[in-house]
Amino acid sequence: MSSQSTGVPADGGTGETPTVVTEVMGVPEIGRALTRIAHEILERNKGGTGLVLLGIPTRGLPLAHRLADRLARVEPGLDAAALAGSLDVTMYRDDLAHQPTRSIGATRVPGAGIDGRVVVLVDDVLFSGRTIRAALDALSDLGRPRAVQLAALVDRGHRELPIRADFVGKNLPTSLSERVRVLLEETDGRDAVVIETRRGDGERGEEPR
Amino acid sequence: MRHLLSTADLDAAEAVRILDTAAQMAATQAREIKKLPTLRGRTVVNLFFEDSTRTRISFETAAKRLSADVLNFSAKGSSVSKGESLKDTALTLQAMGADAVIVRHPASGAPHVLAHAGWTTGAVVNAGDGMHQHPTQALLDAYTLRRHLVGDGGRSDASGRDLAGVHVAIVGDVLHSRVARSNVHLLHTLGARVTLVAPPTLVPVGVEAWPAQVSYDLDEVVADGKPDAVMMLRVQRERMSSAGGGFFPSPLEYTRGYGLDGRRLAALPSHAIVLHPGPMNRGLEISAEAADSPRAVVVEQVANGVAVRMAVLYLLLAGDDAAGRETRADAGTAGSGETTRDDA
Repeated sequence: MSSQSTGVPADGGTGETPTVVTEVMGVPEIGRALTRIAHEILERNKGGTGLVLLGIPTRGLPLAHRLADRLARVEPGLDAAALAGSLDVTMYRDDLAHQPTRSIGATRVPGAGIDGRVVVLVDDVLFSGRTIRAALDALSDLGRPRAVQLAALVDRGHRELPIRADFVGKNLPTSLSERVRVLLEETDGRDAVVIETRRGDGERGEEPR
Repeated sequence: MRHLLSTADLDAAEAVRILDTAAQMAATQAREIKKLPTLRGRTVVNLFFEDSTRTRISFETAAKRLSADVLNFSAKGSSVSKGESLKDTALTLQAMGADAVIVRHPASGAPHVLAHAGWTTGAVVNAGDGMHQHPTQALLDAYTLRRHLVGDGGRSDASGRDLAGVHVAIVGDVLHSRVARSNVHLLHTLGARVTLVAPPTLVPVGVEAWPAQVSYDLDEVVADGKPDAVMMLRVQRERMSSAGGGFFPSPLEYTRGYGLDGRRLAALPSHAIVLHPGPMNRGLEISAEAADSPRAVVVEQVANGVAVRMAVLYLLLAGDDAAGRETRADAGTAGSGETTRDDA
């Protein structure tokens, strides 16, 4: 990632400690990573039959749709719209009481449900693993999938639970004081993965949640 | 949102947020497993000083679907019938660790006292106080109206939308009705137009100050006003002394002037729906024909009530208020209202 570090201060600085934003993935890198993940998913599951891609809102959802499009392109028999759905995990989180009230997202399971199928959870950043734990609980209330796999665009480490991703776009070693943000065309207007570092900000380090 | 005491306290954004949350809650209630772990370990007390079946059961269902523990406390057969004061009851509940108190009381303002006297640290939800407010009923009515009348007649997603342009006629015993008071404020906040229809004796003093029009003629409102929804109110005979309590000459005369029958139902616009908070006095304010017509959404209102109350309990109990204030304060510098999710 050092090759692409630009060290541009964040725009709209409010006179506080300057935040340094480093872009680690751009449009082509994200596109290539998703294409590779799509192929890996098909390879691992020996085709696309019985697959369901469930994106975790907010940014897992557009990623799931993009992956579904790529799967449909590789395997002509697949229908992208019937492949991707969303899984909201808000009501299953273990940190609700320590956070401001979160808005609840939509859960939409495509077609015939998840019973007996292979569910691929899709999220933008894999960090503590707690969101995925919540997602596994949410899934078990929806049905009984044959297997659950996990795809993440970025794995930034610092796991707090025994959870790992099956498909990773990019492994990103980070420190806890850094903040990894995935920006997507659908939600943020452009595709990028950036690391934000607050300079000289020792005591207000980002706690893993 | 710390307590839910009156719909007059809600601004449009808060009200829409409750309705949107209720829509997501309703979606979970279509599943095979309806129970969610969200409020595990929280205790919700139903404190009912007045008879109630559907509101209490609705709150109890909502709390249980969110995995909260529910304690039911009704005045009958409890220490209240031995003369315990509201304060001592509240202190007892506080000692038992109630995170939320859902209170129904015959005295207007009792929930306000409970919320602000410092007797309990829990969230207070008003489930009907005297002739004052019944906010969750108004919210479930608004949710039902939005589902049917906003977003192409309920065929497309109505989330994020208010009730702008919708005309609602609220008909009947406005004087005794906390449902009417709550609805007038909430529907006005959400951008709907409200017409109150009642005999002059059942219109409260000071109604000019309410954000609603008043009419004494139901036929005229049905014919000229073309309401998108008619909300029939229960004639509250228990709050009147004798048969009509001097408010109207006879039940039959009330029915003729203000009852919703097949003729008036047919005169309504074809898309209009009929609401009733229940329990219905069939033959008095609503005929069996109107109550059983496909345009009456009374049963759906009950189902929506659970979703709306789940939403209210979620919004009051799930988050940490202190964390909310902190984050909102530094959200200003981060430039984004939403907490960025980088914790997957």
